[in-house]
Amino acid sequence: MTQEKKGSVLVVGGGIGGMQAALDLTESGFKVYLLEKGANIGGTMSQLDKTFPTNDCSMCIMSPKLVEVARDPNIELITHADLMSLEGEPGNFTATVARHTKRVDPEKCTGCGLCTQNCPLEVLSEYNEGETGRSAIYINYPQAVPSTYVIDKEDPPCAIACPVHLDVREYVGLIAEGRYEESLAIIRKKLPFPSVCGRICSHPCETMCLRGRKVDEPIAIAALKRFVADYEEASGKPIPIPVVREKREEKVAVIGAGPAGLTCANDLALKGYQVHVFEKLPVAGGMLAVGIPDYRLPRKVLDKEIDAIRALGVEIHTGVAFGEDKTFEDLENEGFKAVFFAAGAHRNQTLNIPGEELEGVLPGVDFLRDLNLGKLNSLKGHVVVIGGGNVAMDAARSALRAGADSVEICYRRSRKEMPANEEEIEEALEEGISIRYLVAPVAIEGKNGKVTGVKFVRMRLSEEDATGRRRPIPVKGSEFSVEADVVIPAIGQSTDVSLLESLGFKMSRRGTVVADELTLETNLPGVFAGGDLVTGPAMAIDAMAAGKRAAVSIERYLKGQDLKAGRELEETFFPVEDVREGIEKEPRVPMPEKEVAQRIRTFEEVQLGFTEEMAIQEAKRCLSCRRCLGCGVCADVCEADAIDYTIPPTVDRIQVGAVILSPGFDEYNPLHKGEYGYGRYPNVVSSIEFERMLSATGPYSSTVMRPSDGDIPQKIAFIQCVGSRDTDHPYCSSVCCMYATKEAIIAKEHLEGIETTIFYMDIRAFGKGFDAYYERAKTQFGVKFVRSMISRVVEDPGTKDLILTYQDEDGNLVHETFQMVVLSVGLEASREARKLSRRIGVDLNEHGFCDTHPFTPVSTSRPGVFVCGAFQGPKDIPETVSQASSAVAYAAGLLAEARGKELVHEEIPEEISVEGQEPRIGVFVCHCGVNIGSVVDVPAVRDYAKTLPHVVYAEDNLFTCSQDTQDHIKEMIEEHKLNRVIVASCSPRTHEPLFQSTIRQAGLNKYLFEMANIRDQCSWVHMHMHSESTEKAKDLVRMAVASAKELVPLHEKTLPIIKKGLVIGGGVAGMTAALKLSEQGYEVFLVEKEPQLGGNLKNIHFTIEGKDVQAFLSNLIQQVEEDERIHVITNALVVDFSGTQGNFSTGIMVAPGMYYRKLEHGVVIVATGGEELKPDEYLYGQNEHVMTQLEFEKKLVEEPQFSLGQNTVVMIQCVGSRDEERPYCSRVCCSTAIKNALRLKDKNPDAQVMVLYRDIRTYGLMEPYYREARRRGIVFVRYDVKDKPVVEEKDGRLTVTFFEPLIKRRITVHPDTLVLSSATIPRENEELALMLKVPRMADGFFLEAHMKLRPVDFATDGIYVCGLAHSPKTISESIAQAAAAAARAGTILARDSISVGGVVAVVEEEKCAACLTCVRACPYSVPVINERGKAEIDPIKCHGCGVCAAECPGKAIELQYFRDVQVIAKCDAIYDENEVAA
Amino acid sequence: MSEEGFEPKIVAFCCHYCAYTAADLAGSMRLQYPPNVRIIRLPCTGKVDVLHLLRAFEDGADGVYVAGCMEGDCHFINGNFRAKKRVQYAKKLLDEIGFGGDRLEMFNMSAAMGPRFAEVARKMVERIKKLGPSPIKKAKAQKGGDVS
Repeated sequence: MTQEKKGSVLVVGGGIGGMQAALDLTESGFKVYLLEKGANIGGTMSQLDKTFPTNDCSMCIMSPKLVEVARDPNIELITHADLMSLEGEPGNFTATVARHTKRVDPEKCTGCGLCTQNCPLEVLSEYNEGETGRSAIYINYPQAVPSTYVIDKEDPPCAIACPVHLDVREYVGLIAEGRYEESLAIIRKKLPFPSVCGRICSHPCETMCLRGRKVDEPIAIAALKRFVADYEEASGKPIPIPVVREKREEKVAVIGAGPAGLTCANDLALKGYQVHVFEKLPVAGGMLAVGIPDYRLPRKVLDKEIDAIRALGVEIHTGVAFGEDKTFEDLENEGFKAVFFAAGAHRNQTLNIPGEELEGVLPGVDFLRDLNLGKLNSLKGHVVVIGGGNVAMDAARSALRAGADSVEICYRRSRKEMPANEEEIEEALEEGISIRYLVAPVAIEGKNGKVTGVKFVRMRLSEEDATGRRRPIPVKGSEFSVEADVVIPAIGQSTDVSLLESLGFKMSRRGTVVADELTLETNLPGVFAGGDLVTGPAMAIDAMAAGKRAAVSIERYLKGQDLKAGRELEETFFPVEDVREGIEKEPRVPMPEKEVAQRIRTFEEVQLGFTEEMAIQEAKRCLSCRRCLGCGVCADVCEADAIDYTIPPTVDRIQVGAVILSPGFDEYNPLHKGEYGYGRYPNVVSSIEFERMLSATGPYSSTVMRPSDGDIPQKIAFIQCVGSRDTDHPYCSSVCCMYATKEAIIAKEHLEGIETTIFYMDIRAFGKGFDAYYERAKTQFGVKFVRSMISRVVEDPGTKDLILTYQDEDGNLVHETFQMVVLSVGLEASREARKLSRRIGVDLNEHGFCDTHPFTPVSTSRPGVFVCGAFQGPKDIPETVSQASSAVAYAAGLLAEARGKELVHEEIPEEISVEGQEPRIGVFVCHCGVNIGSVVDVPAVRDYAKTLPHVVYAEDNLFTCSQDTQDHIKEMIEEHKLNRVIVASCSPRTHEPLFQSTIRQAGLNKYLFEMANIRDQCSWVHMHMHSESTEKAKDLVRMAVASAKELVPLHEKTLPIIKKGLVIGGGVAGMTAALKLSEQGYEVFLVEKEPQLGGNLKNIHFTIEGKDVQAFLSNLIQQVEEDERIHVITNALVVDFSGTQGNFSTGIMVAPGMYYRKLEHGVVIVATGGEELKPDEYLYGQNEHVMTQLEFEKKLVEEPQFSLGQNTVVMIQCVGSRDEERPYCSRVCCSTAIKNALRLKDKNPDAQVMVLYRDIRTYGLMEPYYREARRRGIVFVRYDVKDKPVVEEKDGRLTVTFFEPLIKRRITVHPDTLVLSSATIPRENEELALMLKVPRMADGFFLEAHMKLRPVDFATDGIYVCGLAHSPKTISESIAQAAAAAARAGTILARDSISVGGVVAVVEEEKCAACLTCVRACPYSVPVINERGKAEIDPIKCHGCGVCAAECPGKAIELQYFRDVQVIAKCDAIYDENEVAA
Repeated sequence: MSEEGFEPKIVAFCCHYCAYTAADLAGSMRLQYPPNVRIIRLPCTGKVDVLHLLRAFEDGADGVYVAGCMEGDCHFINGNFRAKKRVQYAKKLLDEIGFGGDRLEMFNMSAAMGPRFAEVARKMVERIKKLGPSPIKKAKAQKGGDVS
């Protein structure tokens, strides 16, 4: 297939990973669809207060990215939406996207927030982790992108629990208002059986009713449904028959006229199909007709609703036994195009005990059927019913009504386990039926072929098994007999297996028909199956739901559509789980029933139904669990007319070439760890809740207060590994140690004198700069770290303080009291992401994260679909960002040929010259709806503006940012020949780019624009001071006008780009980066110092997962060497370097000839790698049995006999790491030690291995290997850095002596080999750093531009870093980072030219005295002294801070757009002419 | 001009990345503070010149402050430290000429500190109210001259 590839990518998930991927993609030349499930992008990072290890404010560093995404014309943001399916192949996918309705028109919404202020409903804020409320119309946080508000009208639990999802809330609400007919109409939209279901439904809706679960008793939903149906009947009205608009030719056969079949027939008939139902019994209704006795469901009630289905044109043929009277062949011959098979499960399950054949044994289903069909009229004597389900209850009560003298039910478990509906059991007992519990029949006894009794054995219940069930176990020797005249076994129903098999159905082992869970397709083409014969005996409503699903499938089948697209398996996820506080208890209205005496001898209906009064009273109990009440207040107050409740959800199909998944993670729910008291003790909070408390935008504006009483806590405890490193989550969540440390530090910064203690197993400070941060937390901030797992939290009920018990260092048991406890909850694969991956066919690993291979860390199991962030495994922000760029490299490589194809370029008219013109200023003053207008006198400001010098035009607008005003501004510019424009509205931070682009479209230079922020600085902050606000707004406008008259057009220059890359270093990182650049279509110079490629990877043989590294490496080298676009230059050294991004020039010397070469290129990727430190302690180099991990690994692989000779091996961790000289963690040594120890155990299971460690740092998905190592007997002993192991050689024997903290004793061992887990150090790179002018850390690793958000960029544009040169990391991480660097580099190479200039510093050479002040002052070392002896500032490199301009003693430097004349003009304008004098 | 009911005018030089953003946040959080402050936005407080500070006073401002990123968090690495030095220098200068260095101050805040922005504005207004109108303004008012 040679279809052209698409030049667009779908990014799923709008957290930091998704945003990074989207931005990198558009810069690389691809259109992006950024799909986010929530209302806004920003993800978890938007909830964080600070980030480790820099303590940067999370929102501050992220919000520029938000704005960038929002502004990018090539990113189409699709929020509040889900990816439903993905068809096609790499390069050409069709994504089906369901856009949920926001009920707010994003084109009209201005983000003013008036709706939120007026919304009368408060629900819990997810953003603040439920610690505060928010309105039902909302955005998550003030800076949210998009700023379009969203109304979340989530489904209530009752509607979700209902298998057909009846709109319970709506129809109950209508009953409360007395609108019964409308209520019934809503039910009938989805269900043809309101009257039936109102009587016999097992109502799962009531089980999930929040009123029942959180307040008192559930709403009587079924009874209310019955009420509206009865009301219609009582008023003498017929069931309204809908008009079928479109008749279709196709005939569909339905086998079985039970609830499934009839519902399916109903739905298909509504669509216009010709439906024929074939039923074996003489009556329609299936189990509803013959399984349920009349006293529960009168036949006429059922018949009326069935007749309504007939009236739609459905033909029901009773008395037709399928398989005998009719076959599939017949159906085909009669022209049926599809079949729904729903014959039910009408066979009784047998007891399999002697005596079942005796006369007087009446199997339950048969008994009820015969009774219902009038074949059996009376019973006599004592009846024993065996079973505990609804059929048993029905049989017992029917037996009583049929004339039995007495009835008893015998059940093998206790009342608690009885599956029958509670009310059925109650009613049976009321009627005098006795129930014998914990007895099981062993034989039915008889005489002369007739029943005389039943022999039972007593049972007892086992302890709860793994599934929480208690099994009945016979009690030996407890047999006894009960006399009986009739025995009714009612222990379940089954299908007619032999018949079904003979029809050709594939059957399950349970004896049910196998059908697709989602579509109900069977193995027979065109035949769908549902109801009891697929599920086994279930509720009528389940069968109806199956009928509805079958109808959808059959329609699609007949139309030749995809059966699955856009449908998904239902999950019981309940988005609304909170009820407001202070709801008064009010019991549910009891159902009136016929008196017991009157009912037990007749089959008349027992339940009488609600009166109108009762129904209204009951309906009013409904809490209306929902997010939005639909009250319309927001729509009334919205001045932009943006709110429309009727905006429907839509489904779109999007064509893309690749997909990047970045759906993030879920926080572990600490409710599962009951021992910590979360949810019960108010002062136990989760870490993310605590994070919100620390945040300025959090619930208490950054004050840490106890939830119980608002007191400031003195002592806060953090408990680590909550939901990590346990049996359910055998992995490490990677980030909790650091975020807990951060939170402990920030809490101490917020509250002086507060004490924070972290309880942990191992501190996993393995990332760049983490260990130093951990040390600072201990020493500088005084955070206490206690190595002890807390098994439970106890609350002091008086003070609400929390008591923790732990072992201190000396092993003493300590009880300590804290005012708050923070649970450091782990990361889980997001449930939404797991659903998503099922929908699009992406494999998950055993932990539920996306399955990836160590050598292709961002590729999913589906080609063309890539992954990044925490969905790939727990990780922190920089790694997420790095993986996002990495995924971009893969996508950009795949779609290289389509690059730029789908990009939109805005058409911009020629710029009008304003040179020499007098300033003609136009001022546009914004009301921002009522945001400004209700406080500031906007017309007065407008009129005032007209009086100011140079202002030739002023007007006011309701919303200056709206699209129509933009067009209007352009017209006004033309009409009034404006050459400067001022908008007095909101913040330039959010809106300047919009207005700039508007005036640019009108032909003005975009720098001829100025804003006055009269909303954020006037109306919002001085809400009650109208005149002061107005005066201030005038001042701000005056200052803006004064500055605007000094504005000059600024021109950006364009420079062409050399579309080639240079990669320095030929290890795995360098080679990967080169390949990824080449895949994008760029030429690459790969420069390696050594004679061969391979770098440090040459020394590694296998990964911890057991993958073959050398095979991978040789393959990689081959790929690189065969790649025509990659020029490999080995034996080469970089000797000089110059230029700027897009235009670099690098000189290299190539051995052995030592000739000089000049390389011209646009970008540089530094991948100079790292190596293992040669230790200078523990007798390394002195005793041949002391070696490093790499040396040990080599022996394990290359010397087969070596392993067998090892009886005892000791490993020492942190050799050369985490000490004063190298205060960093080398990250990989713990996993390497475990990897090698396990490999030794594989080869020599008898070998003893001891690992002496400080903290075991097997982060992420490596943790299970640590567990495995311990399971296999590898001994881990912790040592203190102040008491390191002592290694000596005595009489040629190696001795290692160390303190074992558990037994508190010093131990000496004599290992055959001592393995040192030595530090990873960077390769020599100082000279290179100086040449490239890129910074390094004190430890020699390169320093990226920003630890969190620019992990592979240098601060100098166009230069990138990856691999061990950046910091120690695994192979997988190096590969990901290298691809990331290639993607970042690709963002420059994708352009043809770059613009430079704008807001940059400019030197006026005449004034320059070359004093070097600017050279010293510039934080980026940009100014140089040029050949004319004057300072020169390269506009390409200038960041535009203006420090040089301020420092320049000769005032020779000006920062464009912020020139001194402008600043001074603003100062001069703070008073208007008459103010001071007045 | 009477000192009773004195409403000072205060100029705040705010860096774009932190203080100006904090001011916006104070707005979106609807934090109320006195309406006496006029913000001049700069890319970085490192751009604030002593000349600008003095010019504002010369123009009649009763108080001036510079608000930048948290120390160590400057978007442009260290611009806020340079601003701090210049503010200290100008304060000394103002003290020496008897104008009073207290009318000038430097503050640091992160972009997330809307409440801090409001608090600083309140604090500064209170301080200047205590100090009374700027001597320059008083002199100008007596002269009845213009200040434009």
